[in-house]
Amino acid sequence: MSKIISLVCGIIFGIGLTVSEMIDPAKVLGFLNIFRDWDPSLAFVMIGALIISSPFFHLFKNNKKPIFAKSFNYTTNKEINKKLIIGSSLFGAGWGLAGLCPGPAIASLALLNINSAVFVVAVFVGFYLAKLSEPTTHAR
Amino acid sequence: MNIINFTPVPAFLGGALIGLAVVLFFVFNGRLIGISGIASNFLTSKNNRFDNFLFIAGLIIGPILYKFFSSQEINISISNSFFLLSVAGLLVGVGTRIGGGCTSGHGISGMGRFSLRSIIATITFMIVGILTVLVKNLV
Repeated sequence: MSKIISLVCGIIFGIGLTVSEMIDPAKVLGFLNIFRDWDPSLAFVMIGALIISSPFFHLFKNNKKPIFAKSFNYTTNKEINKKLIIGSSLFGAGWGLAGLCPGPAIASLALLNINSAVFVVAVFVGFYLAKLSEPTTHAR
Repeated sequence: MNIINFTPVPAFLGGALIGLAVVLFFVFNGRLIGISGIASNFLTSKNNRFDNFLFIAGLIIGPILYKFFSSQEINISISNSFFLLSVAGLLVGVGTRIGGGCTSGHGISGMGRFSLRSIIATITFMIVGILTVLVKNLV
């Protein structure tokens, strides 16, 4: 059953990116272009996602186990350190350069866009390089 | 600053769908959605590899289904050179692994749990993203 949930969640997430138009880098760059012509839409995407998800996190966090898995499996890392800031800064620079982050980039492969494909390949190379340089990195 | 192209209703509805996916993945599978985590684990870890594959497949199937059932075209515009896209992709790949998450992992799943670590990560990548666009506009 967990397999079906994984597929369905991917599909819903992909439709959400399409409906919200975040699949289009122009919308994301519009959000980051706060000092000129600002498109605040991305903030509303986050508000929509947080309004739905946040109550459930707090309702279910004391449950012993999820419905289709043996146990909850997510990071409890609370560390605020140089790695967090440096990594997030590098990510922010790449995000601002292309207007793409991993979700929309992968989803936009559906449109057979060669530019998205180039970006996604580079992201995976980046994942691999990060893994090589630090095998103990805990992935979220 | 001018406000342009603002589409609050589809943004909110699409965001709510993303939130629903996050809730279902958490309640049923016990995991948090972070696309950079799922995608990089698919590449580098044997744990949950088939689950991660199915999620990524779904992420690509979603827009196709939307296009099929709504019969609306999905338009995107990417105006960068392959070189710039490659540099940006490398930064995103390496950065999300060092920082432990991206827009979904930190920005939604982490912030939804009120994780201070994720709130700080989100503020950081947003500020750097805004500054990058600012500099890009000047060059």
